[in-house]
Amino acid sequence: MSDMRSQAISFGLKSEEYDRIVELMGREPNFTELGIYSVMWSEHCSYKSSRAHLGKLPTEGPQVIQGPGENAGVVDIGDGLAVVFKMESHNHPSYIEPYQGAATGVGGILRDVFTMGARPIANLNNLRFGAPDHPKTPYLVNGVVHGIGGYGNCMGVPTVGGDTQFDASYNGNILVNAMTVGLVRADRIFKGTASGVGNPIFYIGSKTGRDGIHGATMASAEFSEETESKRPTVQVGDPFTEKLLLEACLELFETDLVVGIQDMGAAGLTSSSMEMAGRAGSGIRMHLDRVPMREEGMTPYELMLSESQERMLVVVRQGAEDEVKKIFDKWDLDCVAIGEVTETGRAELFWHGEQIADLEVGPLADEAPKYNRPYERPAWLDEVRALDVASLPMPDLDEAFRKVVASPNIASKEWIFRQYDHMVQTNTVQGPGGDAAVVRIKGTSKAVALSSGCNGRYCYLNPRRGAAIAVAETARNVSAVGGRPLAITDCLNFGNPERPEIMWQFVEAIEGIREACDVLETPVVSGNVSLYNETNGVGIYPTPMIGMVGLLDDVEKRTAQGFANDGDVILLIGETLEEIGGSEYLQVVHGRVAGDAPQLNLIREKAVQQFVRDVIQEGQARSAHDVSEGGLAAALAECCITGAEPRGATVRLEGGLRPDVHLFSESQSRYILSVPAIHAKRVLDKAASVGLPASRLGTVGGSRLVIEGMIDIPVAEINHLWRNGFAQVFEQGTHG
Amino acid sequence: MKFGVLVFPGSNCDADCFNTIEQIGQPVRYVWHKETSLRGLDCVVVPGGFSFGDYLRCGAIAKQSPIMEEVRRFAAAGRPVIGICNGFQILTEAGLLPGALISNQSLQFVCKNQYLRVSNTRSPFTHLFRNGEVVEMPVAHHDGNYVADPGTLKELEDEGQIVFQYCDAEGRLTPESNPNGSVNNIAGIINRSRNVLGMMPHPDRCADALLGNTVGRKVFEGVLSKVGI
Repeated sequence: MSDMRSQAISFGLKSEEYDRIVELMGREPNFTELGIYSVMWSEHCSYKSSRAHLGKLPTEGPQVIQGPGENAGVVDIGDGLAVVFKMESHNHPSYIEPYQGAATGVGGILRDVFTMGARPIANLNNLRFGAPDHPKTPYLVNGVVHGIGGYGNCMGVPTVGGDTQFDASYNGNILVNAMTVGLVRADRIFKGTASGVGNPIFYIGSKTGRDGIHGATMASAEFSEETESKRPTVQVGDPFTEKLLLEACLELFETDLVVGIQDMGAAGLTSSSMEMAGRAGSGIRMHLDRVPMREEGMTPYELMLSESQERMLVVVRQGAEDEVKKIFDKWDLDCVAIGEVTETGRAELFWHGEQIADLEVGPLADEAPKYNRPYERPAWLDEVRALDVASLPMPDLDEAFRKVVASPNIASKEWIFRQYDHMVQTNTVQGPGGDAAVVRIKGTSKAVALSSGCNGRYCYLNPRRGAAIAVAETARNVSAVGGRPLAITDCLNFGNPERPEIMWQFVEAIEGIREACDVLETPVVSGNVSLYNETNGVGIYPTPMIGMVGLLDDVEKRTAQGFANDGDVILLIGETLEEIGGSEYLQVVHGRVAGDAPQLNLIREKAVQQFVRDVIQEGQARSAHDVSEGGLAAALAECCITGAEPRGATVRLEGGLRPDVHLFSESQSRYILSVPAIHAKRVLDKAASVGLPASRLGTVGGSRLVIEGMIDIPVAEINHLWRNGFAQVFEQGTHG
Repeated sequence: MKFGVLVFPGSNCDADCFNTIEQIGQPVRYVWHKETSLRGLDCVVVPGGFSFGDYLRCGAIAKQSPIMEEVRRFAAAGRPVIGICNGFQILTEAGLLPGALISNQSLQFVCKNQYLRVSNTRSPFTHLFRNGEVVEMPVAHHDGNYVADPGTLKELEDEGQIVFQYCDAEGRLTPESNPNGSVNNIAGIINRSRNVLGMMPHPDRCADALLGNTVGRKVFEGVLSKVGI
């Protein structure tokens, strides 16, 4: 084997991929060129296993200004404004070095959004950790939460939502998915394109160091015992510099000097320059010795592959050099012209005047391998889906209820979100802890409603339906506060795609997202794929995380989930079926993950959401809450304890279901509403008139939650269990 | 009355303060930290955030900024200066207020709504409150744990310079209601001349009816009608 070929393999390329490179170049690459190819063709940058399927996702709609393919997606919200958003994973680095991994995950997604010209107005984070009692979990939880807070708080961007779930399937591969939403004038959107022959290419932001070299390659492989040794591939964050970069870029965007801009994220200078040239069909010439360096003795290879943070590549109009420099001087940021746009279609790299790389841009950016990997339904699926509900022992219902409410998956995550600044910018009308966050748009009557999440257990049992449920539920959350779902971003976290059963999960999940987005009319405008979330051959639950953005035209017409008034009538919209497959109850009380994910009728889902939004618009709902994990029991508990003050309720569940099933079933397309007594009949009649099942459950009031014949517990105790269930498990790890 | 809101690299509540001042109908402008004049301004606000990344020590680098010399002169002339959160930290570093702010006892950032007792109303910033009034304001900081030597504390108490204290809903100064470990539950103080305020809670975040709380306006509005204090 040639030296370069074995080098290629050590960089994560396959032997046949190396052959293809040699064929494309007409010669063997040198070391720097090979480094560039290896990161551009890594799974992380090229989506080579997933591209064949991502194209199936719906990406268009009248509200879409920019779909996938740019740094982030853009959706019109009227009034000449648009929201820019994207979700991205930082899973592998966060497991290796939780603080920096999570921090730079936040930093990266923020850059993706402000690169487009938008000021970030909200962050959300979706975290998946191993079992709460796994020895590493408290350490990882603490590190990740501190890292997210450390970065986001400093940036002055409120962290308003997200979710956190625990399951043993994430023991060796945690998930850290970060989402940023930005606000931009619809006519001032900037893109990552390097056009205009002769235009200068500026490097701005932090100096380049040796951190994160081959981070993208690391994120494209499984973990093994040697993972700890990968720490040098993790980047180090500097939120202060990013804050300066943000303000300086927004100042730059006020001018008309910018031709194109892209942040240096995964694969750093390589991917930013090659992608920008690729999109424009142009060439680039760069002098790497001009790149600001953090240390001496760095090589062109290191400069091209470093993933040092807080850097941007900007192409500006010829002659604008001085004006651009003035802006970055004000913010004390490096700003250096390192090259220019050419017409050659080639990337020509120089080092002290000598050409050290000469590559055709097209193949690098567009001709990465694209695999149609084989996929096959796993043989074990029938076994895990089998669940004989009748054979489950009937637990003590009060005890089961206590366990579910205090489970770290259900319990309040205040311990996490009080470590995040969720109020800065003074737009947070509803912060973390509700069904969806509500962030007001200053200068208008509008607000955006934001929700993100995914139930990995459902996706494990039924990836297609689980993925569709993730879309449906985030939309349901947005509707619960009165918002109209607009569009999604996704972050598809899976195991090793070279295994047919993992690839099957991926392909199925794409189908599920497609079906749900089609019916709910929420196209996918941006996204990210994270594969190889696997350690020693054991993959995570498939977790296609969904970030949903919705719009409230009038921020005054919104609801929260907590009961607000004694005597209000509690209504259930939707119906409860015998569906405890994959439920929190089954896991927490019976120690099992089995059965099938709940059914999902998307037409029904859409109708239920429309109905609830109408009731909110008409001012008849005093509260609205989506029924999800933990079923009616958990939802009622949350309604009782999350209002301005705790309130009891007396409820009666009718029907032929087993009591535990009735309490904890996770049937979809359900809401609990509380309405003033005088409106109850009208709301029920309205539901009947549009063919939706709706029933009167009971009334708000008293100091206990009474579910007749099943549960009778003081609200104060529920409050205590729910508020402390999480902190009790993780406070210990604070100093660990 | 014209307000100036200082902007350091890393300030991130500058816009929130700016908006609050606009909400109370007063003219306001940003003052970049490299400026050297506060001419034409009647009140200076040092906003929250992470000036210079809070690297080294919160406020330690900001106090070296060119504008701070002018802020010292402005304060010495008896004009009102309001430091919020990081602004409070900067003012203690700059020696305009006594004591220091160190890491929260929990070693965690804390962001939540917090009850405060207005412990002294004899200042331009607090005279619109009732003495002993309990109000709610957001806190959001990692280093809000106020410390001072016993002599300084005694002086603060004797001179009535402690204006806000963390408390529970009934106004009791309990350890449980103290979010960061501050000595004597101190949340905000004024200087001896009563024209410089430093407070960790954010009046700039509770000045908008849509967010459900407008009590923070009083801190700013107080300055407008300070005559007679």
